[in-house]
Amino acid sequence: MISIAIEKKLKAYHGQQVLRVNRQFATGSITKIYGPSGSGKTTSLKVIAGLLTPEQGTIITDGITWFNAETKINLPPQKRNTGFVFQQYALFPNMTVRQHLEYATKDEAWIKRLLLLGKLDTLQEHKPDYLSGGQQQRLAILRALATKPRILLMDEPFSALDAKMKAELIMELKTVIKELNITTLIVSHNPQELEGWADEEMVFE
Amino acid sequence: MDLSPIWLTLKLAGITTLILLVIGLPFAWWLSRGRSLFKIIIEAFITMPLVLPPSVLGFYLLLAFSPQHGLGKWLQKVFDVQFVFSFQGLVLASVIYSVPFMVGPVKSALQQLPSALAEASYTLGKTEWQTFRYVLLPNIKPSLLTAAILTFAHTLGEFGVVLMIGGSIPGVTRVASIAVYDAVEQRDYAMANNYSLILFAITFVLVTGVFVFNKYQAKSPLG
Repeated sequence: MISIAIEKKLKAYHGQQVLRVNRQFATGSITKIYGPSGSGKTTSLKVIAGLLTPEQGTIITDGITWFNAETKINLPPQKRNTGFVFQQYALFPNMTVRQHLEYATKDEAWIKRLLLLGKLDTLQEHKPDYLSGGQQQRLAILRALATKPRILLMDEPFSALDAKMKAELIMELKTVIKELNITTLIVSHNPQELEGWADEEMVFE
Repeated sequence: MDLSPIWLTLKLAGITTLILLVIGLPFAWWLSRGRSLFKIIIEAFITMPLVLPPSVLGFYLLLAFSPQHGLGKWLQKVFDVQFVFSFQGLVLASVIYSVPFMVGPVKSALQQLPSALAEASYTLGKTEWQTFRYVLLPNIKPSLLTAAILTFAHTLGEFGVVLMIGGSIPGVTRVASIAVYDAVEQRDYAMANNYSLILFAITFVLVTGVFVFNKYQAKSPLG
């Protein structure tokens, strides 16, 4: 169970606005998140991952405090074991597909399975520059899964995939996420694409 | 022709570049992260060699490390090290004088990398050092090479600082730029020309090499 109650100032065109998130996510649940641009969807994911620090509140995961503004507890991202799929992928230009996964894990069998899952097994030695947008996006998802995270945070993870590839990947992801019991939060501009998959939804105004 | 000033210059430039690679890279990384007033002051301080007359820097180094005064006296007494009129003094002065040439390009390159690269690495459980070593550094290779070559080439051309702190002791502190000056003073223009031509050739090859390498390598990390 992840329990979040935070406040974070957001920089907006008309000055500052305050992002307030107060929500619980059951372990293993899949939540789709949507809302207008600038409403704080990406910021919320980054706060959970420990990449941004809120001004107020607490984040508690399975009884362990990750963040508490009052007691100044703030677990670094390295210790939170979250998988993060960045909207712009954030792939490492110097690493091949295989090296991305090897950088995250030493589990060879898991790497092999991920490569098959993302249909990148034939492109193992390619660097991101030589991959299509869809292939890059799949690699970003595989890298986030490589550490077998407790929480998977995905920011527009399917935007560059065609309908067929998206459907196939979602099906494969369902199995892995269920198998590892990963709590998943997916930001999407197109919530319909997650119909029948996400258990819950969260709307940002 | 006495080639020792050329060898001494190359040795000085090589050692200076190596030292600055070791201390300049982590320093550039530290400067590239955040922007506090303290960092701004430190950055202004290390940029001073770019704008100060080299003789001013040399003068203060001479004062600081003179064996008759404070720090220089203490260093000689405790460690038996003398920085004035010695090769190690030239190395120290060159390192200080060339800091902005190493730190500047590396810092700018690090700042231009998308912050998400480091963030992605952190979420994979990697430390800041691992992220720097395996993600950030490999993606600023062209800037790294530019910084190293500029530092090397700049050290080849030092004159004011090395003259102030090192003087012109043959085989010890008489580097090529000082040998040129000495030759002109003695009206031995042929000798001055020989040293100058060698320096010119080395520097030209180095700078051209950087441009050629960067033409093929300098790509935006954003792809």
